[in-house]
Amino acid sequence: MKRIVITGQGTINALGRNVPETLEAMREGRCGISDLEFQDVERLSIRIGAQVKGYEPEETFNRQQIALYDRFTQFTLIAARQAISQSGLTFSGELAARSGVVLGTSGGGMNTLDENYRSVYEDGKNRVHPFVVPKLMNNAAASHVSMEWNLKGPSFTVATACASSNHAMGQAMQMIRTGMADVMVTGGSEAMLCFGGIKAWEGLRVMSKDACRPFSANRNGMVQGEGSAVFVFEEYEHAKARGAEILAEVVGFAMTSDAADIVMPSKQGASRAIAGAMRDARLNPEDVCYINAHGTGTAANDKTECAAVADAFGHHADELMISSTKSMHGHLIGGTGAVELLACIMALREGVIAPTIGYEEPDPECALDVVPNVARDVKVGAVLSNAFAFGGLNAVLALRAH
Amino acid sequence: MSESIQDRVIAIIAEQAVLEPGDVSLDQTLEDLGIDSLGLVESIFAIEEAFDISVPFNANDPSASDFDISSVAAIIRAVEGLVADQAA
Repeated sequence: MKRIVITGQGTINALGRNVPETLEAMREGRCGISDLEFQDVERLSIRIGAQVKGYEPEETFNRQQIALYDRFTQFTLIAARQAISQSGLTFSGELAARSGVVLGTSGGGMNTLDENYRSVYEDGKNRVHPFVVPKLMNNAAASHVSMEWNLKGPSFTVATACASSNHAMGQAMQMIRTGMADVMVTGGSEAMLCFGGIKAWEGLRVMSKDACRPFSANRNGMVQGEGSAVFVFEEYEHAKARGAEILAEVVGFAMTSDAADIVMPSKQGASRAIAGAMRDARLNPEDVCYINAHGTGTAANDKTECAAVADAFGHHADELMISSTKSMHGHLIGGTGAVELLACIMALREGVIAPTIGYEEPDPECALDVVPNVARDVKVGAVLSNAFAFGGLNAVLALRAH
Repeated sequence: MSESIQDRVIAIIAEQAVLEPGDVSLDQTLEDLGIDSLGLVESIFAIEEAFDISVPFNANDPSASDFDISSVAAIIRAVEGLVADQAA
Protein backbone atom coordinates (compact mmCIF):
# COMPACT_ATOMS: atom_id res chain seq x y z
CA MET A 1 0.00 0.00 0.00
CA LYS A 2 1.20 3.46 -0.84
CA ARG A 3 1.89 6.19 1.72
CA ILE A 4 0.20 9.59 1.62
CA VAL A 5 1.73 12.92 2.53
CA ILE A 6 0.41 16.48 2.57
CA THR A 7 2.38 18.91 0.42
CA GLY A 8 0.11 21.95 0.35
CA GLN A 9 -2.53 23.66 2.47
CA GLY A 10 -4.74 26.69 2.02
CA THR A 11 -7.67 28.33 3.76
CA ILE A 12 -10.03 31.23 4.17
CA ASN A 13 -12.18 31.37 7.29
CA ALA A 14 -13.23 33.77 10.04
CA LEU A 15 -9.76 33.59 11.62
CA GLY A 16 -7.77 34.49 8.52
CA ARG A 17 -7.47 34.75 4.75
CA ASN A 18 -4.66 32.18 4.59
CA VAL A 19 -2.91 29.53 6.66
CA PRO A 20 -0.38 31.75 8.52
CA GLU A 21 -3.12 34.18 9.64
CA THR A 22 -5.34 31.31 10.76
CA LEU A 23 -2.59 29.55 12.72
CA GLU A 24 -1.57 32.80 14.38
CA ALA A 25 -5.17 33.29 15.55
CA MET A 26 -5.27 29.69 16.84
CA ARG A 27 -1.99 30.18 18.71
CA GLU A 28 -3.34 33.35 20.30
CA GLY A 29 -6.70 31.77 21.08
CA ARG A 30 -8.51 34.48 19.14
CA CYS A 31 -12.27 34.19 18.58
CA GLY A 32 -13.66 34.68 15.06
CA ILE A 33 -17.28 34.75 16.24
CA SER A 34 -19.17 38.05 16.08
CA ASP A 35 -22.49 39.58 15.03
CA LEU A 36 -23.77 38.18 11.73
CA GLU A 37 -24.19 40.63 8.86
CA PHE A 38 -26.65 39.77 6.05
CA GLN A 39 -30.14 40.59 4.84
CA ASP A 40 -33.01 39.92 7.29
CA VAL A 41 -30.68 39.01 10.18
CA GLU A 42 -33.03 40.97 12.46
CA ARG A 43 -35.67 38.26 11.91
CA LEU A 44 -33.40 35.61 13.45
CA SER A 45 -33.11 34.70 17.12
CA ILE A 46 -29.54 33.45 16.52
CA ARG A 47 -27.42 36.41 15.37
CA ILE A 48 -23.82 35.33 15.92
CA GLY A 49 -21.47 33.34 13.73
CA ALA A 50 -17.87 33.04 12.56
CA GLN A 51 -18.33 34.99 9.34
CA VAL A 52 -15.59 35.95 6.87
CA LYS A 53 -16.01 39.70 7.38
CA GLY A 54 -15.02 42.32 4.85
CA TYR A 55 -14.77 39.74 2.08
CA GLU A 56 -15.09 41.33 -1.38
CA PRO A 57 -15.30 38.78 -4.22
CA GLU A 58 -14.28 41.51 -6.70
CA GLU A 59 -10.78 41.53 -5.20
CA THR A 60 -10.22 37.96 -6.45
CA PHE A 61 -12.71 37.16 -9.19
CA ASN A 62 -13.95 38.90 -12.33
CA ARG A 63 -17.61 39.71 -13.03
CA GLN A 64 -18.24 36.56 -15.06
CA GLN A 65 -16.68 34.34 -12.42
CA ILE A 66 -18.77 35.95 -9.69
CA ALA A 67 -21.91 35.30 -11.76
CA LEU A 68 -21.00 31.60 -11.80
CA TYR A 69 -19.37 30.99 -8.39
CA ASP A 70 -21.42 30.75 -5.22
CA ARG A 71 -19.67 31.91 -2.05
CA PHE A 72 -18.76 28.30 -1.11
CA THR A 73 -17.07 27.85 -4.51
CA GLN A 74 -15.22 31.16 -4.16
CA PHE A 75 -13.89 30.11 -0.75
CA THR A 76 -12.82 26.75 -2.19
CA LEU A 77 -10.95 28.30 -5.11
CA ILE A 78 -9.13 30.74 -2.80
CA ALA A 79 -8.02 27.91 -0.49
CA ALA A 80 -7.13 25.59 -3.39
CA ARG A 81 -4.96 28.27 -5.02
CA GLN A 82 -2.89 28.61 -1.85
CA ALA A 83 -2.57 24.85 -1.38
CA ILE A 84 -1.62 24.01 -4.96
CA SER A 85 0.77 26.93 -5.15
CA GLN A 86 2.52 25.74 -1.97
CA SER A 87 2.78 22.20 -3.36
CA GLY A 88 4.59 23.53 -6.43
CA LEU A 89 2.70 21.09 -8.64
CA THR A 90 1.43 21.80 -12.14
CA PHE A 91 -0.89 19.30 -13.75
CA SER A 92 -0.46 18.13 -17.32
CA GLY A 93 -0.23 14.87 -19.24
CA GLU A 94 -0.12 11.70 -17.18
CA LEU A 95 0.00 13.54 -13.83
CA ALA A 96 -3.21 15.43 -14.71
CA ALA A 97 -4.90 12.13 -15.59
CA ARG A 98 -3.81 10.63 -12.26
CA SER A 99 -4.85 13.61 -10.11
CA GLY A 100 -8.33 14.40 -8.84
CA VAL A 101 -10.35 16.45 -6.41
CA VAL A 102 -12.68 15.24 -3.67
CA LEU A 103 -14.29 17.92 -1.53
CA GLY A 104 -16.84 18.02 1.26
CA THR A 105 -19.76 20.38 1.64
CA SER A 106 -23.13 20.06 3.28
CA GLY A 107 -25.17 22.97 1.97
CA GLY A 108 -23.41 23.64 -1.34
CA GLY A 109 -24.63 26.89 -2.85
CA MET A 110 -26.88 27.85 0.04
CA ASN A 111 -26.57 31.60 -0.59
CA THR A 112 -27.63 31.08 -4.20
CA LEU A 113 -30.68 29.09 -3.09
CA ASP A 114 -31.55 31.69 -0.48
CA GLU A 115 -31.23 34.66 -2.84
CA ASN A 116 -33.26 33.03 -5.60
CA TYR A 117 -36.00 31.70 -3.31
CA ARG A 118 -36.29 35.24 -1.95
CA SER A 119 -36.53 36.56 -5.49
CA VAL A 120 -39.29 34.20 -6.68
CA TYR A 121 -41.26 33.71 -3.45
CA GLU A 122 -40.91 37.05 -1.66
CA ASP A 123 -40.31 39.49 -4.51
CA GLY A 124 -42.68 37.60 -6.83
CA LYS A 125 -40.24 37.53 -9.75
CA ASN A 126 -40.89 34.90 -12.39
CA ARG A 127 -37.48 34.78 -13.99
CA VAL A 128 -34.23 33.56 -12.44
CA HIS A 129 -30.67 33.89 -13.66
CA PRO A 130 -29.63 30.99 -15.93
CA PHE A 131 -26.69 30.05 -13.69
CA VAL A 132 -28.74 29.23 -10.60
CA VAL A 133 -28.32 25.47 -11.03
CA PRO A 134 -24.60 25.36 -11.95
CA LYS A 135 -23.98 27.81 -9.10
CA LEU A 136 -25.86 26.03 -6.32
CA MET A 137 -25.01 22.39 -7.06
CA ASN A 138 -22.92 20.71 -4.37
CA ASN A 139 -20.26 19.58 -6.83
CA ALA A 140 -19.73 23.06 -8.30
CA ALA A 141 -16.65 23.75 -6.18
CA ALA A 142 -14.98 20.41 -6.99
CA SER A 143 -15.70 20.91 -10.69
CA HIS A 144 -14.29 24.44 -10.79
CA VAL A 145 -11.13 23.27 -9.00
CA SER A 146 -10.75 20.47 -11.55
CA MET A 147 -11.19 22.96 -14.42
CA GLU A 148 -8.87 25.62 -13.04
CA TRP A 149 -5.98 23.20 -12.35
CA ASN A 150 -6.61 20.57 -15.04
CA LEU A 151 -7.29 17.71 -12.63
CA LYS A 152 -8.65 14.88 -14.78
CA GLY A 153 -8.73 11.91 -12.39
CA PRO A 154 -11.39 10.85 -9.84
CA SER A 155 -13.37 13.92 -8.79
CA PHE A 156 -16.58 14.27 -6.81
CA THR A 157 -18.23 15.83 -3.78
CA VAL A 158 -19.09 14.21 -0.48
CA ALA A 159 -22.05 15.38 1.60
CA THR A 160 -22.24 13.82 5.05
CA ALA A 161 -23.27 16.89 7.04
CA CYS A 162 -20.64 17.74 9.69
CA ALA A 163 -18.35 14.88 8.61
CA SER A 164 -18.27 15.79 4.90
CA SER A 165 -14.67 17.07 4.85
CA ASN A 166 -13.30 14.17 6.84
CA HIS A 167 -15.10 11.69 4.61
CA ALA A 168 -13.76 13.55 1.55
CA MET A 169 -10.18 13.57 2.84
CA GLY A 170 -10.53 9.90 3.79
CA GLN A 171 -11.61 9.08 0.24
CA ALA A 172 -8.73 11.11 -1.19
CA MET A 173 -6.33 9.22 1.02
CA GLN A 174 -7.73 5.81 0.02
CA MET A 175 -7.44 6.66 -3.66
CA ILE A 176 -3.73 7.39 -3.34
CA ARG A 177 -3.18 4.45 -1.02
CA THR A 178 -4.69 1.98 -3.46
CA GLY A 179 -2.96 3.47 -6.49
CA MET A 180 -6.00 5.05 -8.15
CA ALA A 181 -4.37 8.48 -8.09
CA ASP A 182 -0.99 10.11 -7.41
CA VAL A 183 -2.27 13.49 -6.22
CA MET A 184 -5.64 14.43 -4.73
CA VAL A 185 -6.79 17.95 -3.96
CA THR A 186 -9.12 17.59 -0.99
CA GLY A 187 -10.78 19.34 1.93
CA GLY A 188 -14.09 21.15 2.07
CA SER A 189 -16.08 24.34 2.11
CA GLU A 190 -19.26 25.77 3.57
CA ALA A 191 -21.12 29.05 3.24
CA MET A 192 -24.53 28.80 4.86
CA LEU A 193 -24.47 32.00 6.86
CA CYS A 194 -27.56 33.49 5.25
CA PHE A 195 -31.12 34.01 6.45
CA GLY A 196 -32.46 30.63 5.31
CA GLY A 197 -29.35 28.77 6.41
CA ILE A 198 -29.49 30.03 10.00
CA LYS A 199 -33.30 29.96 10.18
CA ALA A 200 -33.27 26.23 9.46
CA TRP A 201 -30.71 25.58 12.20
CA GLU A 202 -32.66 27.73 14.67
CA GLY A 203 -35.48 25.22 14.38
CA LEU A 204 -33.36 22.48 15.95
CA ARG A 205 -32.68 24.63 19.05
CA VAL A 206 -29.06 23.53 19.30
CA MET A 207 -27.51 26.92 18.54
CA SER A 208 -26.00 29.25 21.13
CA LYS A 209 -27.07 32.89 21.23
CA ASP A 210 -23.88 34.09 22.87
CA ALA A 211 -20.78 31.89 22.46
CA CYS A 212 -19.31 28.50 21.60
CA ARG A 213 -17.89 26.94 24.80
CA PRO A 214 -17.00 23.32 24.04
CA PHE A 215 -16.57 20.98 27.03
CA SER A 216 -17.43 23.78 29.49
CA ALA A 217 -20.20 22.93 31.98
CA ASN A 218 -22.08 26.09 30.99
CA ARG A 219 -21.94 25.39 27.24
CA ASN A 220 -25.23 26.15 25.53
CA GLY A 221 -24.89 25.16 21.89
CA MET A 222 -23.00 25.42 18.65
CA VAL A 223 -22.11 28.49 16.61
CA GLN A 224 -21.86 28.26 12.84
CA GLY A 225 -18.87 29.37 10.81
CA GLU A 226 -18.04 29.60 7.12
CA GLY A 227 -15.01 29.21 4.89
CA SER A 228 -12.87 26.52 3.37
CA ALA A 229 -9.63 24.63 3.74
CA VAL A 230 -8.01 22.65 0.95
CA PHE A 231 -4.98 20.33 0.97
CA VAL A 232 -2.78 18.60 -1.55
CA PHE A 233 -2.48 14.90 -0.71
CA GLU A 234 0.35 13.27 -2.60
CA GLU A 235 1.79 9.79 -2.91
CA TYR A 236 4.93 9.72 -0.75
CA GLU A 237 7.43 8.48 -3.37
CA HIS A 238 6.10 11.03 -5.85
CA ALA A 239 6.57 13.86 -3.35
CA LYS A 240 10.01 12.59 -2.31
CA ALA A 241 11.22 12.23 -5.89
CA ARG A 242 10.53 15.87 -6.63
CA GLY A 243 11.91 17.09 -3.31
CA ALA A 244 8.59 18.52 -2.12
CA GLU A 245 8.24 19.94 1.37
CA ILE A 246 6.17 17.45 3.37
CA LEU A 247 3.83 18.99 5.95
CA ALA A 248 2.58 15.74 7.53
CA GLU A 249 1.74 12.16 6.71
CA VAL A 250 -1.85 10.88 6.60
CA VAL A 251 -1.56 7.45 8.19
CA GLY A 252 -5.06 6.29 9.02
CA PHE A 253 -8.74 6.69 8.41
CA ALA A 254 -11.88 5.00 9.62
CA MET A 255 -15.58 5.57 9.20
CA THR A 256 -18.53 4.08 11.01
CA SER A 257 -22.28 4.50 11.12
CA ASP A 258 -24.25 4.57 14.39
CA ALA A 259 -27.32 3.14 12.65
CA ALA A 260 -29.29 4.57 15.55
CA ASP A 261 -30.59 8.15 15.51
CA ILE A 262 -30.79 10.97 12.97
CA VAL A 263 -29.47 13.63 15.37
CA MET A 264 -28.28 12.11 18.67
CA PRO A 265 -24.62 11.00 18.72
CA SER A 266 -23.56 7.55 19.88
CA LYS A 267 -20.59 6.72 22.09
CA GLN A 268 -20.15 3.32 20.44
CA GLY A 269 -20.21 4.67 16.87
CA ALA A 270 -17.70 7.41 17.69
CA SER A 271 -15.46 5.08 19.68
CA ARG A 272 -15.41 2.50 16.88
CA ALA A 273 -14.33 5.19 14.41
CA ILE A 274 -11.55 6.42 16.71
CA ALA A 275 -10.27 2.92 17.39
CA GLY A 276 -10.59 2.06 13.70
CA ALA A 277 -8.46 5.02 12.65
CA MET A 278 -5.73 4.03 15.12
CA ARG A 279 -5.82 0.45 13.91
CA ASP A 280 -5.66 1.56 10.27
CA ALA A 281 -2.70 3.80 11.12
CA ARG A 282 -1.01 1.06 13.19
CA LEU A 283 -0.86 3.45 16.11
CA ASN A 284 -1.14 2.37 19.72
CA PRO A 285 -3.29 4.55 21.97
CA GLU A 286 -0.12 5.79 23.74
CA ASP A 287 1.23 7.11 20.42
CA VAL A 288 -1.61 9.63 20.09
CA CYS A 289 -0.82 12.89 21.86
CA TYR A 290 -3.55 15.18 20.54
CA ILE A 291 -7.08 14.94 19.19
CA ASN A 292 -8.78 17.75 17.37
CA ALA A 293 -12.26 17.14 18.73
CA HIS A 294 -15.55 17.38 16.94
CA GLY A 295 -16.39 19.48 20.05
CA THR A 296 -19.45 21.35 18.82
CA GLY A 297 -20.36 22.92 22.16
CA THR A 298 -23.71 21.14 22.37
CA ALA A 299 -24.60 19.29 25.57
CA ALA A 300 -24.96 15.98 23.76
CA ASN A 301 -21.91 15.97 21.49
CA ASP A 302 -19.27 16.97 23.98
CA LYS A 303 -20.14 14.49 26.70
CA THR A 304 -20.63 11.68 24.19
CA GLU A 305 -17.32 12.49 22.49
CA CYS A 306 -15.44 12.47 25.81
CA ALA A 307 -17.01 9.14 26.72
CA ALA A 308 -16.04 7.75 23.30
CA VAL A 309 -12.43 8.92 23.73
CA ALA A 310 -12.29 7.35 27.19
CA ASP A 311 -13.70 4.15 25.72
CA ALA A 312 -11.23 4.01 22.81
CA PHE A 313 -8.11 5.06 24.77
CA GLY A 314 -8.65 3.54 28.21
CA HIS A 315 -6.30 5.07 30.80
CA HIS A 316 -4.35 6.95 28.11
CA ALA A 317 -7.41 9.24 27.68
CA ASP A 318 -6.18 11.10 30.78
CA GLU A 319 -2.74 11.67 29.23
CA LEU A 320 -3.70 13.06 25.83
CA MET A 321 -4.83 16.56 24.88
CA ILE A 322 -8.14 17.15 23.12
CA SER A 323 -9.28 20.59 22.00
CA SER A 324 -12.11 22.03 19.97
CA THR A 325 -11.04 24.83 17.65
CA LYS A 326 -14.72 25.39 16.76
CA SER A 327 -14.65 27.75 19.74
CA MET A 328 -12.62 30.07 17.45
CA HIS A 329 -13.62 29.39 13.81
CA GLY A 330 -17.15 28.16 14.52
CA HIS A 331 -18.71 25.04 13.09
CA LEU A 332 -18.14 25.05 9.35
CA ILE A 333 -20.49 22.04 8.96
CA GLY A 334 -19.32 20.35 5.72
CA GLY A 335 -16.03 22.29 5.73
CA THR A 336 -15.20 21.94 9.39
CA GLY A 337 -12.91 18.90 9.31
CA ALA A 338 -10.75 20.61 6.71
CA VAL A 339 -10.17 23.78 8.76
CA GLU A 340 -9.56 21.61 11.82
CA LEU A 341 -6.89 19.61 9.98
CA LEU A 342 -4.88 22.86 9.91
CA ALA A 343 -4.70 22.71 13.72
CA CYS A 344 -3.60 19.07 13.53
CA ILE A 345 -0.79 19.91 11.11
CA MET A 346 0.26 22.87 13.30
CA ALA A 347 0.50 20.50 16.28
CA LEU A 348 2.71 18.09 14.32
CA ARG A 349 4.93 20.67 12.62
CA GLU A 350 5.22 23.42 15.18
CA GLY A 351 4.44 21.65 18.43
CA VAL A 352 1.66 24.14 19.18
CA ILE A 353 -1.64 22.75 20.45
CA ALA A 354 -4.55 25.06 19.62
CA PRO A 355 -6.74 25.70 22.67
CA THR A 356 -10.44 25.29 23.40
CA ILE A 357 -11.36 28.90 24.08
CA GLY A 358 -14.45 30.12 25.93
CA TYR A 359 -13.86 27.44 28.56
CA GLU A 360 -15.32 28.62 31.88
CA GLU A 361 -16.44 25.73 34.10
CA PRO A 362 -15.24 22.13 34.31
CA ASP A 363 -17.86 19.52 33.45
CA PRO A 364 -17.45 16.16 35.20
CA GLU A 365 -18.82 14.53 32.04
CA CYS A 366 -15.99 16.08 29.99
CA ALA A 367 -13.13 15.33 32.35
CA LEU A 368 -10.30 15.29 29.79
CA ASP A 369 -7.44 17.74 29.16
CA VAL A 370 -9.27 20.06 26.78
CA VAL A 371 -6.38 22.59 26.58
CA PRO A 372 -8.54 25.35 28.09
CA ASN A 373 -8.23 28.87 26.71
CA VAL A 374 -4.46 29.03 26.14
CA ALA A 375 -2.41 27.28 23.46
CA ARG A 376 0.27 24.91 24.66
CA ASP A 377 3.76 24.09 23.37
CA VAL A 378 4.10 20.32 23.24
CA LYS A 379 5.98 18.22 20.73
CA VAL A 380 3.58 15.59 19.35
CA GLY A 381 4.17 12.65 17.04
CA ALA A 382 0.65 11.54 16.09
CA VAL A 383 -2.77 13.15 16.16
CA LEU A 384 -6.40 12.33 15.35
CA SER A 385 -9.14 14.53 13.90
CA ASN A 386 -12.71 13.61 14.83
CA ALA A 387 -15.90 14.33 12.90
CA PHE A 388 -19.29 12.98 13.93
CA ALA A 389 -22.20 13.97 11.73
CA PHE A 390 -25.93 14.22 12.13
CA GLY A 391 -27.27 10.99 10.77
CA GLY A 392 -24.72 9.07 12.85
CA LEU A 393 -21.94 9.07 10.25
CA ASN A 394 -18.49 9.22 11.82
CA ALA A 395 -15.11 9.81 10.18
CA VAL A 396 -11.74 9.99 11.93
CA LEU A 397 -8.35 10.74 10.36
CA ALA A 398 -4.93 9.94 11.83
CA LEU A 399 -1.82 11.99 11.00
CA ARG A 400 1.82 11.59 11.86
CA ALA A 401 4.70 14.05 11.88
CA HIS A 402 7.05 13.59 9.00
CA MET B 1 -36.90 55.82 -23.62
CA SER B 2 -33.92 57.61 -25.07
CA GLU B 3 -31.74 54.61 -25.97
CA SER B 4 -32.79 52.56 -28.98
CA ILE B 5 -33.41 48.82 -28.77
CA GLN B 6 -30.32 48.37 -30.93
CA ASP B 7 -28.09 50.27 -28.52
CA ARG B 8 -29.42 48.42 -25.51
CA VAL B 9 -29.01 44.97 -27.10
CA ILE B 10 -25.49 45.85 -28.19
CA ALA B 11 -24.68 47.03 -24.67
CA ILE B 12 -25.85 43.68 -23.25
CA ILE B 13 -23.86 41.67 -25.80
CA ALA B 14 -20.78 43.86 -25.33
CA GLU B 15 -20.88 43.36 -21.58
CA GLN B 16 -21.08 39.60 -22.06
CA ALA B 17 -18.16 39.67 -24.51
CA VAL B 18 -16.19 42.01 -22.22
CA LEU B 19 -15.90 44.57 -25.05
CA GLU B 20 -16.82 48.23 -25.49
CA PRO B 21 -20.17 48.64 -27.30
CA GLY B 22 -18.29 50.44 -30.07
CA ASP B 23 -16.31 47.27 -30.77
CA VAL B 24 -19.43 45.21 -31.52
CA SER B 25 -20.55 45.30 -35.17
CA LEU B 26 -23.90 44.21 -36.54
CA ASP B 27 -22.61 41.51 -38.85
CA GLN B 28 -20.68 39.65 -36.15
CA THR B 29 -21.84 36.31 -34.77
CA LEU B 30 -21.78 35.46 -31.07
CA GLU B 31 -18.97 33.03 -31.84
CA ASP B 32 -16.96 35.91 -33.40
CA LEU B 33 -17.45 37.77 -30.15
CA GLY B 34 -16.25 34.84 -28.04
CA ILE B 35 -19.62 34.26 -26.37
CA ASP B 36 -20.08 30.58 -25.44
CA SER B 37 -23.30 28.68 -24.66
CA LEU B 38 -23.44 29.88 -21.05
CA GLY B 39 -22.77 33.44 -22.23
CA LEU B 40 -25.63 33.08 -24.69
CA VAL B 41 -28.20 32.03 -22.08
CA GLU B 42 -26.94 34.79 -19.80
CA SER B 43 -27.39 37.32 -22.64
CA ILE B 44 -30.93 36.09 -23.25
CA PHE B 45 -31.69 36.42 -19.54
CA ALA B 46 -30.33 39.99 -19.58
CA ILE B 47 -32.44 40.82 -22.65
CA GLU B 48 -35.58 39.42 -20.99
CA GLU B 49 -34.88 41.47 -17.88
CA ALA B 50 -34.09 44.65 -19.79
CA PHE B 51 -37.17 44.61 -22.06
CA ASP B 52 -39.49 42.60 -19.82
CA ILE B 53 -40.14 40.15 -22.61
CA SER B 54 -40.07 36.38 -22.86
CA VAL B 55 -37.58 35.09 -25.43
CA PRO B 56 -38.56 31.77 -27.10
CA PHE B 57 -35.17 30.11 -26.89
CA ASN B 58 -34.37 26.50 -26.05
CA ALA B 59 -30.71 25.77 -25.42
CA ASN B 60 -31.24 22.12 -26.46
CA ASP B 61 -31.61 23.19 -30.06
CA PRO B 62 -30.88 26.88 -30.62
CA SER B 63 -31.37 26.66 -34.40
CA ALA B 64 -34.93 25.33 -33.97
CA SER B 65 -35.96 28.29 -31.84
CA ASP B 66 -38.02 31.11 -33.32
CA PHE B 67 -35.44 33.48 -31.94
CA ASP B 68 -32.73 34.10 -34.55
CA ILE B 69 -29.28 34.36 -32.98
CA SER B 70 -27.22 34.03 -36.16
CA SER B 71 -25.73 37.54 -35.84
CA VAL B 72 -25.91 40.67 -33.72
CA ALA B 73 -28.25 42.25 -36.29
CA ALA B 74 -30.53 39.17 -36.24
CA ILE B 75 -30.78 39.30 -32.46
CA ILE B 76 -31.67 43.00 -32.57
CA ARG B 77 -34.38 42.35 -35.20
CA ALA B 78 -35.79 39.50 -33.12
CA VAL B 79 -35.88 41.63 -29.96
CA GLU B 80 -37.56 44.47 -31.87
CA GLY B 81 -40.19 42.00 -33.06
CA LEU B 82 -40.87 40.71 -29.54
CA VAL B 83 -41.09 44.24 -28.13
CA ALA B 84 -43.51 45.24 -30.93
CA ASP B 85 -45.66 42.09 -30.32
CA GLN B 86 -45.83 42.97 -26.67
CA ALA B 87 -46.94 46.53 -27.40
CA ALA B 88 -49.62 45.35 -29.89
